[in-house]
Amino acid sequence: MEKAGIPAAHICTVTPISKTVGAARIFGAQAIPYPTGDPHLSREKEMARRREIVTGALALLTSSDKSVDGESNAVFTD
Amino acid sequence: MKKVLFYTNQFFGQVGGEDMAYCQPEVTEGMRGSANTFGAPLKDTAEIVATVVCGDNFYAENMETGRAFLREQIEKYHPDMVIAGPAFNAGRFGIACGDVCKTAKEMGVEAITGLYEENPAVEMYKKDCYILKVGKSAAGIRKAVPLMAGFAKKLLTGEKIGSPKEEQYYAKGQRVNLFREKNGAERAVDMLLAKVNGQPYETELEISTYEKVEPSTPIADLSKAKIALCTTGGIVPFGNPDHMVAATAKFWKDYALGDAQRLEQGQWESVHAGFDPVYANEDPNRVAPYDMLKILEKEGVIGSVHPFLASTTGNSTSVADATRMGQEIARRLLDAGVNGVLLTST
Amino acid sequence: MDLELRNIQIRDVVLGEENRLSDGVLTVDAAALQALLLEDPRVKSARIDLAKPGESCRILPVKDVIEPRAKETGDIFPGVFGTEVPEVGSGVTYVLKGCAVVTTGPIVGFQEGLIDMSGPAAPYTLFSKLNNIVLHLTKREDIDPHEHEEVVRKAGLKAAAWIGKIAVGCAEYESEIYHWPSLGERTAQYPGLPKVAYVCNCMAQGLLHDTYFYGRDAKQLVPTLVSPNEFCDGAIVSGNCVSPGSKTTTYHHLNNAVIKALMARHGKDLNFVGIVLNPLMVTLKEKQRDIMLSVHLVTEELGAEAAIISQEGFGNPTTDLMHVCRGLEKRGVKTVIITNEDAGTDGMSESLPDVVTEANAIVSTGNSNATILLPHMDRVLGELKEVERVTGGNVDSIRPDGTLLLEIHGIMGGHNLQGNTYLSATTV
Repeated sequence: MEKAGIPAAHICTVTPISKTVGAARIFGAQAIPYPTGDPHLSREKEMARRREIVTGALALLTSSDKSVDGESNAVFTD
Repeated sequence: MKKVLFYTNQFFGQVGGEDMAYCQPEVTEGMRGSANTFGAPLKDTAEIVATVVCGDNFYAENMETGRAFLREQIEKYHPDMVIAGPAFNAGRFGIACGDVCKTAKEMGVEAITGLYEENPAVEMYKKDCYILKVGKSAAGIRKAVPLMAGFAKKLLTGEKIGSPKEEQYYAKGQRVNLFREKNGAERAVDMLLAKVNGQPYETELEISTYEKVEPSTPIADLSKAKIALCTTGGIVPFGNPDHMVAATAKFWKDYALGDAQRLEQGQWESVHAGFDPVYANEDPNRVAPYDMLKILEKEGVIGSVHPFLASTTGNSTSVADATRMGQEIARRLLDAGVNGVLLTST
Repeated sequence: MDLELRNIQIRDVVLGEENRLSDGVLTVDAAALQALLLEDPRVKSARIDLAKPGESCRILPVKDVIEPRAKETGDIFPGVFGTEVPEVGSGVTYVLKGCAVVTTGPIVGFQEGLIDMSGPAAPYTLFSKLNNIVLHLTKREDIDPHEHEEVVRKAGLKAAAWIGKIAVGCAEYESEIYHWPSLGERTAQYPGLPKVAYVCNCMAQGLLHDTYFYGRDAKQLVPTLVSPNEFCDGAIVSGNCVSPGSKTTTYHHLNNAVIKALMARHGKDLNFVGIVLNPLMVTLKEKQRDIMLSVHLVTEELGAEAAIISQEGFGNPTTDLMHVCRGLEKRGVKTVIITNEDAGTDGMSESLPDVVTEANAIVSTGNSNATILLPHMDRVLGELKEVERVTGGNVDSIRPDGTLLLEIHGIMGGHNLQGNTYLSATTV
């Protein structure tokens, strides 16, 4: 999608793998079975968490920074 | 005595030059043209029973006819092996050789050819047959013949085939198990000492390299942008009408969402086999956050939401399939005037 | 700290009416061992069988393999039994080489494996070369899966410790000394030799994906310095199956191949300065913390110039493996990693799900997806039908003619990631 000219943000949990395969915009998700939610939270808090992840990922779409990453997820970077 | 069927082109088959590149395939009993150079080095093991000659242009433009001709000869002569070329750096001839070998292999007949490393046929056919490393031009024939004939004899007599380096063939890229002399821990210490002492060592596994994607031009104003949602979480309409697979997906589906404000429980489910789907089935927006995009649309944070969900299962999917599906989805989104994408994965 | 291992070679095992060890023949009092296992009220039944090298015998599904050992004074497997956690790693430890306790019985989870004592699967696993004392254990009905795992794990350890005690006082042994001075002394010795550390990754991810350190769950552990002597005395035991080919059994921990290989060159080609036990966790934040701490221990604490990382498990643990490697290389520590591959049954897929460019020295213990056809065996210890549910097997694994088709992932220790196997892979 990036190659076709559409900015695309990848929301995923194990972000190092997304980095390995070369994604340009990566945003850290909640957990593998529920990337944009959390069943342990109340309904309101879960929606707040979802808002945080979705707006965070959307913000990456507006960034012109070459290496963009929602949360700094790598311990030792390139 | 083993039997070999030889394949070559109009030039090496001594039919003629480029002017004969359209000559149709024909077969000659015994050796013809460059096949003669293989006769002597093979003689104790195998006999070249027939030589097929075909024009390069003819084969390239009529591959199915070329293959059919070859199949007929294989059925007629019952060779133990097909030797094609070598084609050095000749593009069309190289492809013909590769295709001939592939066709023979499909019939259960061993086949080898020889190509120069830059010949595009190497990449196309190295997975299908042994391709020996030969020189760039016909001047390399002197080295190519003993190399190819020697390798052919090994294959024909069932001798153990060495590594690509030892045998000088292009690696197929296939990982094959073997037992080594020392255990893994001892090899690790040997490798470590070589590495720390600056001595040469060979890793037992080359890491795969993946392309780093360059970010495209960012969205200038989110409040005017049309945003689409994609997922590899295997989210499908309840009951899975399109039979989306649980793993190794080769297709994606574009689900129209119309006026929906969220993905409702009971109307959607996940068929992905790689994670516990209970939470996603309770609330599919936990995997595909369509509800939040609709809220942000209402609030004016984003311009609009593309009312479709592009969905597939990302579980043991090959890189090749994923790349193709990404291209297909991108074309669809470009046509729909989408400015940005959120892609969720599990 | 000095530990003397007194290795006693066992050439045969028999079940009898008393415990005895003479001339390399181990006699085990089967009734007493059975009674010992039934002391745990959660064990419903315990059957004891023998499986010897070369026999037409298959053991399945195997949970753990344990080498019988005993301390001259004190407990082997410290912290597993009783309320005290004795200090280990010094004194005398008796080791019964050439034999093992193998636990089997109804399946706990789908990651338990197969041992064939002969035939084409035998060369894949070192367990086919041992005189195995096989415990077939069933649990009481009301025991849940987590407790089932614990019951079986503890039964195996208890039996191995009990059998190990038969050797105490035995006068015929080969002595092996593990000399492990304090950190300061270790780093100061052999100034001309490269200082080498070992990072031992261990699974800490839940049922059948756990490791126990002094009897406690490794999920509660941060990367920790551990001595080779503690490995020898059973401070690290397996609660873990991951997948049979790549799981680290207690036998593997007791006989850690990387420790052995480093000790063999210690003082000659290298200076072995320390071991970091690194738990592999389930969330990214814990992974990051443990990666950082492991790298810190190797570099800042041990001052190592080179390191070997052994892997456990596959998939998300590959991220831990790769990023410890990257962290070490970025600090100038030359690193070699040991891993298996999942390159597909045809060997044509990408081998690893995560990679870093710094991983330029990899020892491969083979492609686990490669399939193998196994002949019918005259005797099956355990439950053959369970092969359909183990990693590497499927509903079509048992073929009409009695043969078995499975991925080598299903063979216990088949591509052990501590490098305790000769299997590897190459590109053709």
